Formats: sequence, structure tokens, C-alpha cells
Amino acid sequence: MSEKKVKATRASYGEALAELGAKNSNIVVLDADLSGATKTAGFAKAFPDRFFNMGIAEQDMFSTAAGLATAGKVPFASTFAMFASGRSYDQIRNSICYPNLNVKVCATHAGITVGEDGASHQMIEDIGLMRGVPNMMVLCTSDDVQTKWAVKEISEIEGPTYLRLCRLDTPVIYEEGQKFEIGKGIQTGEGTEATVFATGVTVSEAIEAKKILAAEGINIRVVDIHTIKPIDKDLIIKCAKETKRLISIEDHSVIGGLGTAISEVLVEKNPAHLIKVGINDEFGKSGKATELLKYYGLTAENIVKIVKS
Amino acid sequence: MLQKLEDGILEGIYNAKSGHPGGSLSCADILTVLYFNQMNINEKEPQMKARDKFVLSKGHCAPALYSVLAQRGYFGEEELKNLRKLGSKLQGHPDMGGVLGVDMSTGSLGQGLSAANGMAIAAKLDKIENRIYCLLGDGELQEGQIWEAAMTSSHYKLDNICVIVDNNDLQIDGEVSEVMNIYPIDEKFKSFGFEVINVDGHDIPEIIAAFDSAKKIKGKPTAIVAKTIKGKGVSFMEGLAAWHGVAPSEEEYTIAMEELI
Repeated sequence: MSEKKVKATRASYGEALAELGAKNSNIVVLDADLSGATKTAGFAKAFPDRFFNMGIAEQDMFSTAAGLATAGKVPFASTFAMFASGRSYDQIRNSICYPNLNVKVCATHAGITVGEDGASHQMIEDIGLMRGVPNMMVLCTSDDVQTKWAVKEISEIEGPTYLRLCRLDTPVIYEEGQKFEIGKGIQTGEGTEATVFATGVTVSEAIEAKKILAAEGINIRVVDIHTIKPIDKDLIIKCAKETKRLISIEDHSVIGGLGTAISEVLVEKNPAHLIKVGINDEFGKSGKATELLKYYGLTAENIVKIVKS
Repeated sequence: MLQKLEDGILEGIYNAKSGHPGGSLSCADILTVLYFNQMNINEKEPQMKARDKFVLSKGHCAPALYSVLAQRGYFGEEELKNLRKLGSKLQGHPDMGGVLGVDMSTGSLGQGLSAANGMAIAAKLDKIENRIYCLLGDGELQEGQIWEAAMTSSHYKLDNICVIVDNNDLQIDGEVSEVMNIYPIDEKFKSFGFEVINVDGHDIPEIIAAFDSAKKIKGKPTAIVAKTIKGKGVSFMEGLAAWHGVAPSEEEYTIAMEELI
């Protein structure tokens, strides 16, 4: 594991997309006037004939992507998570998921780590909204290596996908060549004091907490849930049986997100207490992303505190 | 052919005890022309890549689409009486996953033209010279996404797009101009960069001529504004908003079927 390099998952997405464009001529990319921020601009420059700027009209963009998919194209449609899962919920549900069309909804700027833009742009309900829609697969990647794998992987899987990406630069967690599998969480460590389930930007915080605790002789494990739907039920149950405490941590509301998805598995298969760390049913606010992570307790320090309490 | 289509619409709605007869009947002539005169389609090869495509953006008029598809041989006419029933492939609104010949699932108003644009862009990328038809309701023009999509049709010079507006002048709550005025429809589409043709939506030769001339327009999309009568062909339904979304009783059904002969 190397944590020297940092990169935002949106940047990894843009790089992976431009690379894939050369290999698969059926890939088309749509954006709604945010290609510089969502990082689809790299694809647009390399493949201008297969890039469609739809203007500030997200609903039109997602339904257009659906039409492209009916004709065999593989559309990647990007905007901020707020305007994808929020503003365009109906289009994603009815134009994409109901007919089970092969559209990749790649939403950047998810969560409070958007930072200064504040609550109107900090989408903290998207995992809940998207995993509730039949046929939709939901991914939330944690670093550069995993995001690049995910982009390639979903381009080869037929069906609608929501890929949740973030604006903030976060540590590169995995080595090149790390194996990932859709629907399979990644367990780091064998500690039995606690399991910390994390997704996206909180995975590196959880791994940092594991190191701090290990130095004090407290051994925990971290599970990176990059696929929120379908979720890795077996791994959740295994960890519930093997560890004393269960904690989930996410840059998302505690209602509907990772913690809720894990709770659903536990309640049904292996009743256990889960401490859910996330945004507690309130809107975000403006500030630096790192300040906001501290403010909402989405940090290694807070995980350490909870494990020791 | 048209009479059988209209019979099929009413048969389905009557048996389902629910559905949208008014708007289905108002677009029956248009669909007849499209499926029996204009569109390059083959019921034996429903997924043919170079086929012309049709998006029923006003998805609640599914009975009209199902009826014309049955007449065209995509499935047996006996299936029409199972409309909206549990276990039937004929869902209340068009479902492309269940019925071959349905090119796009619709139902939530305002989304069809965007999907049609996607099909038109894909055809341009693949250098396929097909036509993409999209039928909009006039009330549906109140959905903002229609105008987002109209910008897209025009911006990307989608001359393979042909929009038809079923201008029956009525929506559930009353006259379109009273609920939320959308007139002038033709001027609006013109200002969005469309070639616009006004037709009587029940005059078959006029509809055919409009589609024929639309094919010759290059560099921009076409919108055909078809003036129609809601509930066309059934005396007690014609021109009444009340027949937007209710099924006829047994007695009304019998009268209607006699009138349509």
C-alpha cells in the first residue's frame, strides 16, 4: 500500500475514459456543460465525434443517452451527482433503468467533499436514490486504481450503472494490478476488535485509523465496499461473526446509503449492532473539504475515538 | 385498416376497464400512415438495424401503438384484449422489453424526444439513413424537457428526426390553452430551428404528403403539427376532455364499435 500519491476519482475516471475510447468505438460520452469538472474533456478532445455536450440540460442528456443505448452505443453520461441522481431521477428511472438500457451514469462531485459550493451541490442522498431503482448497479470507488478498473469493467457489463465519484484529491490506496470484482468487498487486515465498512473517500480514512489503532495494539479490519449494489452479503455476515464491533462510515446521509445497505443485510441474516457514521439527516454547508470531513466526523481520528469508546 | 386499428384500441381499453381512449383515437390516422405507408420496418426482423423507428412520447396512448403493431403482425390481435392485465406483455404504457416493435419505453411525459434524438445521433454515427419518428401530445409540450430536446434536435442538425404533435387541444383537466397555454405551437418549433408543417391530422393524403416532404428537408429536424380531434370516430367521445383516461361501459363500447364500422 502506498499513500504518497493523491488523486481525485473524477480525474481517474476521465483518464480511464479517454483510454477506453481508443479501444471501443461504441463508447460515446455526454456531458452537461461540466466537462472540465467531470473530466470528460479528455475524451472530448481525443474523440470529438463521439462526445456530445448537451448544454445545461441534464434531463435531456440522460434520456438522449438512453436513445443512444437502444441503438447499441455505450453511453457514459456525466454531470454532478446532484444533477444526475437528483434532478434527473425520473429520466434515469424511466428512460434508462425500466428498459434496462446500457447507460453508464458517472456522477462526480458526490458528498460533502464538494466543499465550498455548499449544500445545493453536496449530494448526500444519491446512493439511497440510485440503489432503490430496479436494474441499477451502484458503485462508489475509493482510489485511482479502483476507479480505472471500474470504468473499464462497467463498459463491458451490459446494463445501467451508477458510478459515484468525488472531487477531492484522496490517497492512492491500491497497488497497480490489484484484483477487484463487482459485488466483492475488499478486506484489509484480520483484526477482530472491529470492522470498519467504508466506501469512496472514507476508505483511506478507515485505513489510516487501522494504522493508528494497530500502533496502540488494537487490531481492526477495514472493508472497502466499492459495489453498494449488489452488496457483498457474505463478507458483511462473516465480519459480523468474527469481529466485536461494526462501524460504517460514508460521505453520504446515514439514511439510505452504505450504512443502511449493511443494516438491511444484518437485520435479515445476522442481527448485530452497527454504528453508522455519515451525515445525520441534515444538509451540508460551505467550507474546505478537509474541514468538512472533520466537522462531520468522517476522519481517521473519529474512527479511532469510536473504536476506543 | 384504420377501422381495425380503432377497434383494437377500444377493445383493449374496454377489456382493461381503464386506459386512454381519447388521445389514442386522435392519433390513430397518424399511426396508420406511419406503419402502413411510411416506415421502413419488417415485422419478421423487428430489430433490423437500419429500420425506421417510432417513439410514442405520449406513452399513455399505448393502446394505439399496440393496435397498430398487432395489425402490422408483430403479435396476434387476440393479445389486445389482455391490455393492462396481470401477466400480459401489453403493459399500461409502452415497454420495449416486453413487446417487439416498441422502440422505446415511455410513460413519464416529456422524455421521448430526447430518446429519439439519441437514436438519431446513433444513426448518424453509424451512417445509417433511417428516419426517427416521435409523437408528442400537445399537453405534453408543457414539459420543459421537450424544449431541451428540441434544442438538441436542432443543435445537432438531426434531419432524420420527424416530430409529430397530436394537437387534439385537450388534456385531462380541460382545454390545453386554459390549463397552460402552449400556443402558437408551430411558431415555437420554428423558433427552435425546426421546419414546420401544419396538417389536418385526419386527412390521410395530407399526412402522407407532410411525411414525404419532411424526408427532403436537410440540415434541420421537422415538426408536423397535426390538428386532431380527441376521441375521433366515436360521437360521444369527440372533443371531450372527460374521455382522456376512462374506459367505456359495456353499452358505450357497443355503440362505439358500431359507429366505427
